[in-house]
This record gives sequence, structure tokens and C-alpha cells, in this order.
Amino acid sequence: MMPEIVIHTENLTRRFGDFVAVNNISFDVKVGEIFGFLGANGAGKTTAMKILCGLLSPSSGVATVAGFDVYKENERIKENIGYMSQKFSLYENLTVRENITFFGGIYGIDRKSLKIKSEELIQRLGLGPEADKLVGSLPLGWKQKISFSVAILHNPKVVFLDEPTGGVDPITRRQFWDMIYEASAKGITVFVTTHYMDEAEYCDRVSIMVDGAIAAIGKPSELKQQFGVENMDGVFLQLARGAKRSE
Amino acid sequence: MNKLLFLLQKEFKQIFRNPTILRMIIIMPILQLILLPLAADYEVKNITVSIVDLDHSPYSNRLIHKIDASSYFKLVEYSPSYRKSLKTVGDGKTDLILTIPRGFEKTLIKENSAKLHLATDAVNGIRGGLGSAYLAQVVGDFNREIREEWLVLPRNSEIPQIEVTSANWYNPYSKYPLFMVPGILVVLVTMVGAFMTALNIVAEKEVGTIEQLNVTPLKKHEFILGKLIPFWVLGMVSITIGMVVAFVIFRILPVGSFLTIYAFSAVYLFGVLGIGLLISTFSDTQQQATLFAFFAMMVFILLGGLYTPIEGMPRWSQILTYFNPPSYLIKIVRAIYIKGSLFSDLKNDFYILIAFAIGFNGLAILNYRKRMA
Repeated sequence: MMPEIVIHTENLTRRFGDFVAVNNISFDVKVGEIFGFLGANGAGKTTAMKILCGLLSPSSGVATVAGFDVYKENERIKENIGYMSQKFSLYENLTVRENITFFGGIYGIDRKSLKIKSEELIQRLGLGPEADKLVGSLPLGWKQKISFSVAILHNPKVVFLDEPTGGVDPITRRQFWDMIYEASAKGITVFVTTHYMDEAEYCDRVSIMVDGAIAAIGKPSELKQQFGVENMDGVFLQLARGAKRSE
Repeated sequence: MNKLLFLLQKEFKQIFRNPTILRMIIIMPILQLILLPLAADYEVKNITVSIVDLDHSPYSNRLIHKIDASSYFKLVEYSPSYRKSLKTVGDGKTDLILTIPRGFEKTLIKENSAKLHLATDAVNGIRGGLGSAYLAQVVGDFNREIREEWLVLPRNSEIPQIEVTSANWYNPYSKYPLFMVPGILVVLVTMVGAFMTALNIVAEKEVGTIEQLNVTPLKKHEFILGKLIPFWVLGMVSITIGMVVAFVIFRILPVGSFLTIYAFSAVYLFGVLGIGLLISTFSDTQQQATLFAFFAMMVFILLGGLYTPIEGMPRWSQILTYFNPPSYLIKIVRAIYIKGSLFSDLKNDFYILIAFAIGFNGLAILNYRKRMA
């Protein structure tokens, strides 16, 4: 049986005036996959991700997420996805527990199971006494772990992570990826953008965007072979060198 | 519905953790109510007068005493010449110069009328205008007095006199705070309602949490109600604090009912919350929202009839006040506080406030997008 497809795009395009931020991209992501969405700054990653999350309207092309059309059913998509943005997105003046309760509640989890879930989560993250501290007082690495856990609290079909590990140390990054694997093992599809090429190696499949278009797509091992290099860094450099846009 | 409760719970927690908001809600009404009615007083007192008495007669003396006795004037100088007096005006020491010409008394008795010369420093138009009007009144009084004396003497023919007396209704002692306090209450409610809401939403934009909300299945109306309800409550709290302060400090209580005030404020607040929401939809930073709020507040107050009566404005700006929500509530709260107007007296204004509430919120909802176009 063919694996089920959870994200599907065909010639997806987004223009801002004359500027084509996302240019005719087509790809599929399968259920349970960890899909790395790579590209230099300004390549159009975040724009594409925002379209898929229903935060931005596409200009043309086709896209469905969890079987729902991004044009008409964007609010249905939102019930089925989790999202962790580049900007840190928990409430700093609420405690960890309050953040969990709030976002869980917004996704329609009832108070009773919410209580159990948040207790579980706090245990698993080993937060203990920190659970009742304001999020603003915690270190960045912690915030990002909590952010991710909150994004998948309602068991979405897909979770979108926009540069989730920016600015944290390698150990925390490694721990963060453990959490991604756990989520993937539970059947949650992970769609992640990153700048770290070592992280690209952790993905099941990656696509590399250059100037708004997808320049390469495939398993990391396939891409390395295709470009005749030893690591993803090499693949990325070869492709990104041709880029005209930069920040 | 359930989601709305989660949202409200979060909003209230954040509000109670934000010392700035709490300080604004509690300290702002107290400060505004204490300072504004005392500082912003229309009555012009201590008008400085310089007198150039060239007559030195019993009558001129009497006139000077009369001016001196009035609480509005302060005689700062007896000057030998008009020219010298003019210098003190230039120095800003004198507002008015009254010149009593030589032969004032003689002419008055002989020809039954005499002239005085009054010069006014008009740099501050209100002060100059009111000063000369007050002085004219004193001179008029003086004129009447001497004629009454003459009347006693039988040889004098009677002089027909028309005297205008005035009575102040509703605010018999022209207590200034009684006039200002209701207006300030409205300004308070407006600031809390419109600007705290706007700043709150724009702050979420700045931090990025609004994006996190927009990516959830939270409905537009749930989000909007979740933002409006807390600030509606805060607005009602701040008007309550304001009314308590008005009583404690100025012993001012509404002649009409509190319930009527609350009913109108409740509807009005929804209108200004809509304004706040609208501001937030087209501001990306708190700085933009604040600047816009500042501008809006000036218009609200200047066109609201708080300081200057709307009836005294030119026609075109009177028409503008019809579209200014605070002008209605200022009028309404004053009517309830001072005259004791009933709900039925103000019914039409109530409908207008409802229209504002629907209008502004409608616009804001249309303009609020979970997804960028």
C-alpha cells in the first residue's frame, strides 16, 4: 500500500507585488515523515510554511494539508496542525502550566484531560518546580522544548516548526531532535525548517529552496550521492552558491 | 464558548500581572479627577489693573475703590500717565489699563455722561475679553449707584432702567467641578476602553503570540470577545472608581441614578472597545498605536465638549461632533449628574450609542484577518 500523503502542493506560488517569494513549488510529504525544508535566508521557506499553516493566502497553485484545501478550508487545517514559529510564541507572563492549559484549551481539549496531559508533560520534561514559574524567567532552550510540546499537545496530524533550534546550544539541539523523533514515532508528521545542516541529516527527506523554487528534493543520502559530496553542507553550498537573492 | 473561557482566564491573569495596567486603572481616575477640575477653571480671577487717575475727584476715587473691592481685580499700580502704564503691559505685569480723564466728575454731573478709557492686553484673548467685560460691569454698577443717589434728589427726572438678573439652574453656585467631573469620567472610560484594548492586541502582534493564536482553530469572534470583555470590565471598574473619587473629594453625587449612568457607559464602552480593536487592526507596533491613540484622543476631547461648549463651535465642527462618540456620553453623564435626567429623556442618545457600538465593532471585525491576504 502506498503511504498516505499529508501535505500536497502543486505549482504553489506566492507573489508580493512584483516579487515572487514562492515560485511554483510542488512536493508531497508522507504521513509520519520528518521533512526538512531547507534554504538560505530569504529563499521563501517561511512564506511557504505560512501558506501551508493558513496564515497567508497563496497567489496560485494547489495545496492541501491533512486533506484540506488551503484556499477554502484553512480553518479546518488549523484543527489538524501544530505550529511553532521562528519568533518565540509562548506567553512570557504566564507560567508553564498556564501556557499549557491555555493553548490546550484553545485547541478544544477539555479541562479534565488537560489536567492529566499537562501533568504528564511536566513530568516528561522534568520541569517539576519550574512548572509554576513564569515562562519569561526560563532559559531559551527550555522555552523551545515547552513550545514544541505545546504545539503537539492536541495530537495534530502535522507539526510545522520554523527554525525551532535557532540560538540554542548543541546539547539542547540534540535533545530537541529526540523530541521530534518521539513525535514522529507517534505518527505526527514533522515539517521543519532549519539552517543547521547537521540537522538536515536527521530528516527522512529534505527539500532545498533557492530563490523561491525547490532546487533539490530527496533523502539526504540520495542528495549527497547526486551531488557527489560527503555531507549535506556540501549539497547546500553547491545549490546556494547560485542564489541571486540574499538578505 | 469553552474556548472563550480559556481566553478570558488568560487575559485576566495577564492583566493582573501587569502592574502598569493596574496603576493606570486606579491612579489615573484619581489624578485626573483631582487635578483637572482644579487646574482647568474657566473663571478668570486676579486680573491685574493699572489705573491712570487724571481726575482725582471724589467720584473717581469711588470708582477705584469699587474696582479694588471686586474679587476679580487686583490693582497693581496707580500711574500718573497712560504712557507709563503701557510699559507695564508690555512687561506682562498688567492686563488692563483704566484711564479716568481729567474733568470726569465735572462732565458727569454737568452733561449727565462721561467717558472712561479702557485698554486691554489681548495676548491672552480669554483673559483680556473677560477682564474688560467684568470691568464694564463694575463701571455699570457704579453708574447705577450714583444715579440712584441722584434720584433721591427730587429735581432729577427719573431714568428708565433695565436690569438683567440671571439665575443658574441645576448648578446654582456654578460649581466648576460639578461641570467637569462627569466629563472627565467619560475621558477615563474612553482611554481605558479604546487604548488599552488597542495596545494589548498590538503587543501580541509585536511579541508574535498573535501568530500563534491565528494558527489555532480559535474563531474570530471568540478572539475578539476574549479581548473585549476584559477591557469592558476594566472600563466599568474605572468609571466606578471615578465616581467614588468624585464623591470623596468633591462630594459630587449624580442627581439621577447610578443605574442610568452604568447603562449608558456599558453600551458606550462597547463602542470605544470597537475603536480600540479597529486601531489594532491597522497598527503593527505599539508605537504606531500610541501615536494614533494620541491623535484620536485630542479629537475626542476637543470635539467632545469637555472644555469648550459644542454650541459655541462653528457649524461645520458642530457637525463633526455628531460623529464623535465621547460628545454624546459627556452630554449624557452631565445631564444625569447635574440635572438628574432619566433614561427616557436620553433614549435617542442611547440608540445612537448602540449604533456606534455596532458600527465600530463591525468595521473592526471586517478588518481583522486571521490570514494575510
